[in-house]
Amino acid sequence: MALKMVKGSIDRMFDKNLQDLVRGIRNHKEDEAKYISQCIDEIKQELKQDNIAVKANAVCKLTYLQMLGYDISWAAFNIIEVMSASKFTFKRIGYLAASQSFHEGTDVIMLTTNQIRKDLSSPSQYDTGVALTGLSCFVTPDLARDLANDIMTLMSHTKPYIRKKAVLIMYKVFLKYPESLRPAFPRLKEKLEDPDPGVQSAAVNVICELARRNPKNYLSLAPLFFKLMTSSTNNWVLIKIIKLFGALTPLEPRLGKKLIEPLTNLIHSTSAMSLLYECVNTVIAVLISLSSGMPNHSASIQLCVQKLRILIEDSDQNLKYLGLLAMSKILKTHPKSVQSHKDLILQCLDDKDESIRLRALDLLYGMVSKKNLMEIVKKLMTHVDKAEGTTYRDELLTKIIDICSQSNYQYITNFEWYISILVELTRLEGTRHGHLIAAQMLDVAIRVKAIRKFAVSQMSALLDSAHLLASSTQRNGICEVLYAAAWICGEFSEHLQEPHHTLEAMLRPKVTTLPGHIQAVYVQNVVKLYANILQQKEQAGEAEGAQAVTQLMVDRLPQFVQSADLEVQERASCILQLVKHIQKLQAKDVPVAEEVSTLFAGELNPVAPKAQKKVPVPEGLDLDAWINEPLSDSESEDERPRAVFHEEEQRRPKHRPSEADEEELARRREARKQEQANNPFYIKSSPSPQKRYQDAPGVEHIPVVQIDLSVPLKVPGLPMSDQYVKLEEERRHRQKLEKDKRRKKRKEKEKKGKRRHSSLPTESDEDIAPAQQVDIVTEEMPENALPSDEDDKDPNDPYRALDIDLDKPLADSEKLPIQKHRNAETSKSPEKDVPVVEKKSKKPKKKEKKHKEKERDKEKKKQKEKKKSPKHKKKKHKKEKEERTKGKKKSKKQPLGSEEAEAAGEPVQNGAAEEEPLPPESSYSLLAENSYVKMTCDIRGSLQEDSQVTVAIVLENRSSSILKGMELSVLDSLNARMARPQGSSVHDGVPVPFQLPPGVSNEAQYVFTIQSIVMAQKLKGTLSFIAKNDEGATHEKLDFRLHFSCSSYLTTTPCYSDAFAKLLESGDLSMSSVKVDGIRMSFQNLLAKICFHHHFSVVERVDSCASMYSRSIQGHHVCLLVKKGENSVSVDGKCSDSTLLSNLLEEMKATLAKC
Amino acid sequence: MSLGNIRQGKLRLQKWYLATSDKERKKMVRELMQVVLARKPKMCSFLEWRDLKVVYKRYASLYFCCAIEGQDNELITLELIHRYVELLDKYFGSVCELDIIFNFEKAYFILDEFLMGGDVQDTSKKSVLKAIEQADLLQEEDESPRSVLEEMGLA
Repeated sequence: MALKMVKGSIDRMFDKNLQDLVRGIRNHKEDEAKYISQCIDEIKQELKQDNIAVKANAVCKLTYLQMLGYDISWAAFNIIEVMSASKFTFKRIGYLAASQSFHEGTDVIMLTTNQIRKDLSSPSQYDTGVALTGLSCFVTPDLARDLANDIMTLMSHTKPYIRKKAVLIMYKVFLKYPESLRPAFPRLKEKLEDPDPGVQSAAVNVICELARRNPKNYLSLAPLFFKLMTSSTNNWVLIKIIKLFGALTPLEPRLGKKLIEPLTNLIHSTSAMSLLYECVNTVIAVLISLSSGMPNHSASIQLCVQKLRILIEDSDQNLKYLGLLAMSKILKTHPKSVQSHKDLILQCLDDKDESIRLRALDLLYGMVSKKNLMEIVKKLMTHVDKAEGTTYRDELLTKIIDICSQSNYQYITNFEWYISILVELTRLEGTRHGHLIAAQMLDVAIRVKAIRKFAVSQMSALLDSAHLLASSTQRNGICEVLYAAAWICGEFSEHLQEPHHTLEAMLRPKVTTLPGHIQAVYVQNVVKLYANILQQKEQAGEAEGAQAVTQLMVDRLPQFVQSADLEVQERASCILQLVKHIQKLQAKDVPVAEEVSTLFAGELNPVAPKAQKKVPVPEGLDLDAWINEPLSDSESEDERPRAVFHEEEQRRPKHRPSEADEEELARRREARKQEQANNPFYIKSSPSPQKRYQDAPGVEHIPVVQIDLSVPLKVPGLPMSDQYVKLEEERRHRQKLEKDKRRKKRKEKEKKGKRRHSSLPTESDEDIAPAQQVDIVTEEMPENALPSDEDDKDPNDPYRALDIDLDKPLADSEKLPIQKHRNAETSKSPEKDVPVVEKKSKKPKKKEKKHKEKERDKEKKKQKEKKKSPKHKKKKHKKEKEERTKGKKKSKKQPLGSEEAEAAGEPVQNGAAEEEPLPPESSYSLLAENSYVKMTCDIRGSLQEDSQVTVAIVLENRSSSILKGMELSVLDSLNARMARPQGSSVHDGVPVPFQLPPGVSNEAQYVFTIQSIVMAQKLKGTLSFIAKNDEGATHEKLDFRLHFSCSSYLTTTPCYSDAFAKLLESGDLSMSSVKVDGIRMSFQNLLAKICFHHHFSVVERVDSCASMYSRSIQGHHVCLLVKKGENSVSVDGKCSDSTLLSNLLEEMKATLAKC
Repeated sequence: MSLGNIRQGKLRLQKWYLATSDKERKKMVRELMQVVLARKPKMCSFLEWRDLKVVYKRYASLYFCCAIEGQDNELITLELIHRYVELLDKYFGSVCELDIIFNFEKAYFILDEFLMGGDVQDTSKKSVLKAIEQADLLQEEDESPRSVLEEMGLA
């Protein structure tokens, strides 16, 4: 053995430590992977050794490799080994490795539960701390469930260091195990008022995080937070609280009104930018949630905008960025306050930081109005030209399109200008957004009927210069616009000035180099053009001209027939045959134009993107039902339903309109007209889409448009959008004059009682009428479309589970599960103690019941002659039984019903609220005090360390001096010894590891070894310290007596009734009993007191009778039967040591006498 | 939220406060590195990335990055990064990249003492450093009484 150890240690000297590994990796830059795989092999060897130090070193190196991206999941078990090392050095490394590499998929993670529990209850706060930190990284639902109670206990730890960590980790626990939220919440709430600022801030953090996700459950905390907000000076905490209020106000508008004042005060006073930013953000959010139009808040908005302007003007890029970001939030509700800062925003477009420019762009989007749209876009167009880098330029392009097309082209007064802008954009080099421009062109041309003529002229120009667009491969993206151009020229060919010219442009050989889908559109639209030309020629009687066009088609189409693209080829060959047929007819002088035109008769209407989704499911149609049963017997059956379906589908669009109630239709039309009248763009009514289907498709439905003649319709070559800006100004000026005139006229007319323009909506600030009277065709929606949008809530949202009502009282079933055989320390305060003891998970209950039933059966047989069925396993003692029945007769509160029913009664959970609650108690008892210091102490046994107890002494400085150099000297007795640092003698004092500033208290823990625990004993001790204040230092002493009661040697150990019964049956316990009179306290509280002061746990409780169990640190079992009469309590005890028992009962008697 | 130091495409430290698979982590780190390294100096410290906001700051040869959620406060995150750098600086005494490389576990310990589960644990530098020092003290106590001989089982 020794030899093996020697070998291990010698090996270790040659092991690489972390530094060597890092150095090695740096020296092997060329063959890093090889070097590392070699290192991993070495590490594997090291992990096989028994020496924990070697293992820890290996794990440390693995953690480093993990960061470099190497898989270390194979070492998970070794990591756990190192985690469970007793030395802090190794434990720390183990937990670090675990926190870096463990995740929910790590299967060995469940092995850590007990280790973590042990570390959590370790006397060293750093063990606990490191375990909490690690757990916060890899907590799983299982770990959360098993450890929730332990962590909850730690939330009331005496050390703020632990409390703070425990509070923070609770958030992770809640996320993984939402059931823990309700039981833990009251304590979490308590921590909001913790004396330690760190703990307080941790609690604020956790509650704010919770509340942000599900604000409505936390409304009741608002007053508390309000108090915190006005009193706290910690900016980190303030920011959290303010954020929380931001989440709460939408639910409680009254809160918003209250908040504005303190927030504006903060905005005025704070020098911290982060806090200022948070306040501004929250004020904005609050004002948004308050119903708008509250005049008295415009001051707050002004203040925010002012402050943001300062941020934006700051030279710090970060502030600039955030200022713009916040500004965009204000913009949504208070656009006017922001619009006045347009100059500033436009300046930001020149910033050298791209992200700032993009933010400014976002803002511009919301700032446009009819007045300034052209100006802003003009500015943007100059930026497009200057912009370096395609990403930013593309961003500009999309922004321009977004800005112009927003809310259904609301701000565009001149669509010609917009088309020119789009055409100008096609000249951008290397943009990826050709399809975007194309979509816009199509949308505008289709929906703005008035613009079609102009659009067609521009598009034909585009088609003419297509070679420019398609020439370089780099411009691939932009050739998408040709798709739109070809379609527009084809569909609206009646507007073409020189259709023949365009036709030729579209049939150029160069076209075949375009992408397939564009060619296909070309082919299709060439025919539309052709049909149009044919008609023109025939009407003009130019038969030759018509034949020439046909010939052109026949000549050029074959180049498409050869296309590799299937779509193009198919369309082209089809059309080629058609044209050849027409050629034959033309040769016979048959007029064909009319017939060819009917190929493309009718009008295409835009359909809203969501239209399909909004079609309501007709009654009686089950979409989930099989149309065809998957396995049908005969084929004929198979076909029938399909036919039905097909028929129905065809019928629908055709027949529905006629079927629809005429009145209803009329009413609807009327409503639509009304709506359109209120919209400046719907100046002229448009026929309902249904009607269009019914009517013969005709040109007469294309509206006759009045076009402002000041705008030249024919722009030679490609347009320059700039000219429109100037024109627009002139036009507006003219309009204004006209309007003034009209106003005068109107005044005159008003007298006559008639108003011509009464239907025109009047807008105070945007009095600009559009240049063209345009009709923007709305996208078609099916009738009876459902207006509501789907709920977008994500069912996978992890925070959804935490949407829990926290104000409901806690039900028993919700209590946190506790591990049954936990050897954790007893908890330290009654509030904790009671639930810990009482809460039992459901499993053991079942067991208990089962066991009880068995027991009952057994005893029934035994005691057949006696008709009374036994109520308790312990009741074999006659004496006991007699007493119990006596007690029963006395008590009139006993419920009626057979005794058997009573016996089967549930073991009572004395945590359930019953009668008056116990006042909070502390397990700390006064040790000694003087004018300087107050000492309180608590003695706790632990099962882990045999015969050892931990004495926790809280020292509280009550003076105005600093207490330092504190030493504790205790006179050991033969039986009890204080554990002292190595090398110090029995007479030396043990230093207290801290100093106490005035008013501060802290806890020191000392371990005592006890030989015999059957008797209580007292140790004399002295605390000596130096009290130092301004006047000088004095040496002071305080004597005390440490009282080790027998109860302090007991540890709360849960026990199950079956085990309990066995213990009693075994018969090696001696027994004793005690009775106390004059007790008024409820049985519930009585038990709680015994649990708390004497470290017992309730095994079972029936009515006013309970069995209790505890265990000493040396393994003595102590069993109690507590019975309550009307005014008295009797306690019968059994214990493996009679002295211990009698001493314990004496102590208990003293406690009960106080009740 | 995650935090890492990135330099010339080399990761020096990473911490994840949301459970993420190894594969996803690697992918995110790679992507984030690209995005951050592509930023020009004098650009602001924030950028939008995926559905997160990235707050980064460069200190000498190291980039410190935090990915935060949409509602989080960027400026306080920047403050947080700065606080961490200050802590490193205090602990190591004018920290340099090599300190972090060779004592990466210490850098993690400091981080763990400062942040927990992505939340600030203690806003006071003093108390964080005190906790670290005391834990280190505990570690030394662990190590000091163990002489080589003792370890070899000869003592």
